[in-house]
Amino acid sequence: MDLSDSVLDHLRHMAALPDLTGTRYELEREIGRGGMGVVYAARDRELDRRVALKVLDAELEGEARLIARLEHPAIVPIHEAGRLPDGRAFYAMKLVAGVRLDHHLARSPSLAERLRAIRRVGEALAYAHTAGAIHRDLKPQNVMVGEFGELYVMDWGVDAVAGTPGFRAPETPLDRRSDIYSLGALLQFVLPAGGPPALRAIAAKAMRADPADRYPDAGALLADIERFQEGLAVGAWSEPWGHRLRRFGSRNAVLLWLLAAYAGVKFVLFFLRNL
Amino acid sequence: MNRILAGLIFGLVLGAIDGATAWFYPETHSMMAAIMVGSSIKGMVVGILCGWFARKVQSTKWGIVVGAALGLAFAFFVAAMDTVNGSHPYVQIMLPGFVVGAITGFLTQRLGTASAAEKGA
Repeated sequence: MDLSDSVLDHLRHMAALPDLTGTRYELEREIGRGGMGVVYAARDRELDRRVALKVLDAELEGEARLIARLEHPAIVPIHEAGRLPDGRAFYAMKLVAGVRLDHHLARSPSLAERLRAIRRVGEALAYAHTAGAIHRDLKPQNVMVGEFGELYVMDWGVDAVAGTPGFRAPETPLDRRSDIYSLGALLQFVLPAGGPPALRAIAAKAMRADPADRYPDAGALLADIERFQEGLAVGAWSEPWGHRLRRFGSRNAVLLWLLAAYAGVKFVLFFLRNL
Repeated sequence: MNRILAGLIFGLVLGAIDGATAWFYPETHSMMAAIMVGSSIKGMVVGILCGWFARKVQSTKWGIVVGAALGLAFAFFVAAMDTVNGSHPYVQIMLPGFVVGAITGFLTQRLGTASAAEKGA
């Protein structure tokens, strides 16, 4: 690469940067890039705080406004949506300090922590669906885990055309059941190798090719996960008898030990008496 | 089912079952009715006390400990009042009573729920 090439690259880069003239934001650095736009860290001069600024390549202001109405602890709050002087649409949102879910999983969290993440994502989805919003591109890269364990689902509904292979439902157009598919794929992704078959069955049911065969909503999927965590049978899996007995045993271990102790005491007393 | 009622029912049923096991000892056949009534009442009292405790402390571990202690104490009184061939059957009554008390305490903690009065408090 000669000098003219590097100058050209620099000019191209500068030209791609958003024009924030006349806005309250001051650009800091690029922090992410997706199919439909680029996310920058920026400073809000008026409120003296750092924000994430998503600059969109397409006309998706309507989506941003819809998402801005979502108020949920697991959905990144949008502070402002509008248009930059260079004509591109943007929205400013809370800058989350944390790591992506896929990076978080590299720290080998416990199964309970992994399921907690899925439940938080599912709760956010359930809420958004009741508000009429669809995510359309749910994947580990769009879930952030904060430094105190708080979890945020990012990039709501703007990636209308892309989706991510492996997480995107096969049907078009995408709807709520497509998000259920992605949630199932996310569950499958977070499960450790050799994870419980009941949870794999839940993921498989959520990922069925026919949307009508999936869970009707995120709440139904979460209810099945909750049943698993409480040691109950899950709806998605017809459990073999051996597994059912083991589950009963582990769920009632203390009671079974106490009953065994009682039977043992009675047995010993009865035979000692006959000695 | 509120905790005291749960304790009463579990204590009564387990006490009756524990009493019924006396049937395996032929010398007690003539006293079966009295043994079953006595054992049921003992279990019921232990269950009520376990239920009362469960209203104050929600802990499976402590429920088992307190249930076992109550079962042991009440079984001691029963054994002290009872004589078989001139001696008190402490071990034969106290050991199972101890375990039955523990089971009653466990079930009361696990299956009893807060009553309306407790919820309102």
